[in-house]
This record gives sequence, C-alpha cells and structure tokens, in this order.
Amino acid sequence: MSNLVASATARAAERGPYIPPRTSPVDQIFVEERAAALAKRSIKKATKVAGLKLAVRMMDLTTLEGKDTPGKVRSLCAKALRPLEHDPSVGPVGAVCVYPNMVPVAVDCLRGSGVHVASVATAFPSGLSPLAIKLDDVRRAVGFGADEIDMVIDRGAMLSGDYARVYDEIVQTKEACGHAHLKVILETGELGSYDVVRHASDIAMAAGADFIKTSTGKVTPAATPPVTLVMLEAIRDHYYATGKRIGMKPAGGIRTAKQALHYLVLVKETLGDAWLTPELFRFGASTLLNDVLMQLEKERTQAYQGADYFSKE
Amino acid sequence: MSAKKKAADAAIVPSNGAAVPGRARVQKAYKIYIGGAFVRSESGRYFQVKDLGGDEPGLVENVALSSRKDGRDAVKAAHAAGAGWAGKTAYNRGQILYRLGEVMEARRAELTSELERSTGRGRDAAREEVLASVDRVISFAGWADKYQSLLASSNPVAGPHFNVSVPEPMGVVAVVAPRRPSLLGLVSAVLPVIVSGNTCVVLASEEDPRTAVTFCECVATSDMPGGVLNLLTGKVSEVAPHLARHMEVQALDLWLDDAELTRELETLAVATVKRVKKRGVAEVDFRDDRLAGLSSLTPFLELKTFWHPMGM
Repeated sequence: MSNLVASATARAAERGPYIPPRTSPVDQIFVEERAAALAKRSIKKATKVAGLKLAVRMMDLTTLEGKDTPGKVRSLCAKALRPLEHDPSVGPVGAVCVYPNMVPVAVDCLRGSGVHVASVATAFPSGLSPLAIKLDDVRRAVGFGADEIDMVIDRGAMLSGDYARVYDEIVQTKEACGHAHLKVILETGELGSYDVVRHASDIAMAAGADFIKTSTGKVTPAATPPVTLVMLEAIRDHYYATGKRIGMKPAGGIRTAKQALHYLVLVKETLGDAWLTPELFRFGASTLLNDVLMQLEKERTQAYQGADYFSKE
Repeated sequence: MSAKKKAADAAIVPSNGAAVPGRARVQKAYKIYIGGAFVRSESGRYFQVKDLGGDEPGLVENVALSSRKDGRDAVKAAHAAGAGWAGKTAYNRGQILYRLGEVMEARRAELTSELERSTGRGRDAAREEVLASVDRVISFAGWADKYQSLLASSNPVAGPHFNVSVPEPMGVVAVVAPRRPSLLGLVSAVLPVIVSGNTCVVLASEEDPRTAVTFCECVATSDMPGGVLNLLTGKVSEVAPHLARHMEVQALDLWLDDAELTRELETLAVATVKRVKKRGVAEVDFRDDRLAGLSSLTPFLELKTFWHPMGM
C-alpha cells in the first residue's frame, strides 16, 4: 500500500507541482435565474423534431443496475442502434453506457455501428477504493473494448480540500485510459455548492478530462439546469483560456423530451453551435429515450402516445 | 331576536353574500380539476358563463377554457392514478364513493344554488336534481363490492380444468358528460366508470360547467385519490378529438347528441381500437334508477378468463 502511494507521489513529482486552476466564484442567483429563463423557450414543430433527433444522437443509453444481464444489455444495444423501428432517421444513439463486466456484450452487439461503448469505472459510484484498484478497473474496462470511460472523482478529497489528490487521480486515470475518451463525473449532488462544482470542473479539465459529467445517477439531486450551466461556463472559460473544447454530459434526472430540449438551449446559449454535436455533448439517461420517441411519434401522427406502445429497453 | 334585529342582519348579509354596500365582491374562478388539484387552463384562456336564475340573474363569471394540452395533462394524471385506484380493495373504493355522497349531502345547498343560477330552472327543480344526484352516488358506492360476484362466472370447459372469468377495469376512460341535466347527468356518467377501478377524464357540460367544478370540490374532499376523476371545462369539440386519438385512453363514453362529432370521435378511436359507448342524451330519463343498474358498469370492464388444472 505504501509502495503504491509512493509511486503515485513519484509520478506526481515527475509532472511537477500541482497548480490550482484559476476559479471564479459563482453567482448563485444569476445562475439559477438564467437557467430558469432559458427553460422558458418554447420549441415547436420542425425545430422540436430536429432538436429531439439531435438529442437521440447525443444520448448515452445507460443501464447501471446490479441486476443487469447480458440479455438486457443486448436488447438495450438493439434499441441504441435503431430506437424507432420504422424510422431509420432517428438514432443511432451516441453510446451505450454499462458496467465493466457488460462491456464485452455491448462491444459485440455494436461492432461496426459507430455507437460507442462507455463503461463506468474507478470504483463507481463512490470512488472510495485505493487508486491502484481504480486504475486497474479502468484498464480492464478499456481492455474489454470500452472506448469511453466514465470515472468518478473522490468527493471526500474534494470536500476536504485535497485538490491535488483529485487532480492527480484524474491525471492517472487519463493515462490508464489510453486511447479511450475520459468523462469525469463530479457527482454535483454531493458537492454542496456551485463554487465547489465550478472548482471541480476546472480541476477536471486541467487534469485532462475530455468530458465533464454531472452525476452518477445514484444520488439526488443529479443533473439540474443551474449546475449544468455552471459547468458549461467553466467549459467556455477553459476554451477561451486554452482553445481546447471539452465536452459536457448531464446525467440523472433527465426524463422528458422537454427537459432535453431545455438542456440543448443551455448549451446553444452558453457555448454555441460548435458544442451541439454528440462529440461534445451527451445526455446520460435511461428513461429519456422513450419519452423523446413518444414526442417524435406525436409530431408524426398528431396522436398523444402511450408508454405501453414502446419497448421498455 | 327582535324582528327589527333580524331585518338588520338580513340587510348586512344577503343570502348570496353579494351587493353589500361598501363590500368588494369575492368571485370564484372556476378552475379545471387535474390530478387532485384545481388549476387554470395551461392556455390561460377562459370563457364566460351567465347566471340564468338565482339571486342575480345576468351575473357573469369566468370558467377555464381547456386546451388540447390540458387534455394531455389530465390523461397523464388519470393514467398515473390507475394502478393505485384499481389496486384498492373494492370495499375501500365503496367507502370512498360513499364519502363522496356524504360530502355532497352536506353541501347540498351550494350545489342547489349552483344549479339554480346556471340552469334557471328554479330552486325546486335544482333541489330535486341534487337529491337525485346524491342518491345516485350512494347507489354506485354500494355497487363497488358487489358487481364482481354478479359478473364473474365459472365456465364449463371440455377438460379437467376450472375455467373462471372475472371482471377487471379497462384503464383510462374519456367521458363526454351530458349537457343536461348537468349534475345528475355528470354523476350518472362518471360514477359507473370509476366504481370498478377505472380512472377518467370528463369533459363537463358546456352549458353548466360551474356545477361540475363544484361537484369536483366534493370529490376533492372525499378521500378519492388525485387523478381518479379529472374534469375539464370548455368546448367539447375542441378537446374530445385529442382524447379520442390519445393512445393511453382505453374507452370513450359519449353522452352526445351531436351526430357529426360522435362520428368524428368514433373514427379517430379506430386507430387504437378504443371501446366507444354512444348514447343519445335527448331520450334518456336520468331519473330512471336503471341508470344505476349493473348494466351501467359493464361497458367499461374487461373479462379476464383463466384456466386452472383440477386436482392441484
């Protein structure tokens, strides 16, 4: 154990000392008012259809339950490839997100389709395991074929002020990912304030995250529009400072098509059209897809849809 | 109390609470009832209804003019309430409906005054309709734990099996309530739908939406879970087609004399194979107790038949 710590310290020393990123304080009232104001936009007809189809392509269709089986993952993958049986213009989704043991099943189903396989790792969802185990978790998931890794930060370290440790773990996880994209889950519901969210976002981006992500989906509150806005502004400032585009993934609690459209408005108004692509924006969701499909069918048929007419994944 | 004092009191508080010099009138906004809450139409629209009788004929009040989306919200609430309502014991559903009768009985004066001013048919006719409505609610409360035994059957089959059929609720039923009588008609249309565990979205009488809303205030205090009965006021021809198309609505109960609209709704209902019950309202005698009979419940029940091997 002490050897592991020693080697981590040695590696950190190689990279030089940890320099805290410049973080600006968050105006809580402004952020909440702006997020609420942007949620008032009314998006209808052709614009709504275009927005919803984009939302489908941005979706990380997720199943993260203890009762997941290969069969369930296979049916989820089938839905990911062709969400609406009779309409090939809908989908495929951006990625399928599963636990490491389910990665080989998903890779097998999605081969050649362009749909990414994302895996949670680093002792998801708490992240409270020794770093060596967390890194091993990542390497195995990548070895199984995952090309996107969703890691969790050590919230305990973040809240106790051990920012160097948070930073260092992300750096090492990024190394362990190799070619795989790294999404860093901040678990904003446990961070307590927008200032900590902003700080954690800045640390994650400085440490090499390709995406920053709100939540595991295991903690309430999960993604909320204001918290997403704080993170989007962090991404914007990082882009101005470095020219590097970091992706954003709100996850957890996004269940309706209307919510999804409001998130797209937030992105458009904060980061612009460049981010309105599955390469830079994803929704982490499991029940959202069906609601989006129901709304698309509503627009096509003019009849309100029933949940019983759509597969449960 | 002296005659003089009595007269003075009467002058301060007239029976309708209005027209006291110096007192601002408190008028009620008649809202729609969705998911156990009284809400304005999401469209923000309203229409005006005029008193035809009562203390102040000619008085105008605002009533919500429901939209397509109110219909959608109501179906959503009804669908969400379905499992809980159908899952209650029949006995408990009966208790809740009986309590609705109790609440209506206690608020008879209010219901009577609503009917009187909205219909202009006079106080006696209004009082009589309210009494009949309360009695009808009590009749249906009684049905809650009895119809099952009358409709279920043990069927003879050619094999060593028990074959049993039992009635089950269908789900969400959209009801177009009769234009008149606005209260007795509403009660006679809605109660047979919900007594068996269905939930409903009702389009209230266009002529007299206010009595229907006041009836919902009785529902709201009767322990009936929110979403079991949802009531929309406004134009039937505007909202009903969307309910007929809605894929989460299982049946339509049309108390409508408009043949053209009925045909349109029937046509729309085909896509989802909804059950459609058509009734001409003009020839119905709503005071006929047969409207509270077993046959009023059967249109909105499905029979589930199951087989069980003998000797096990």
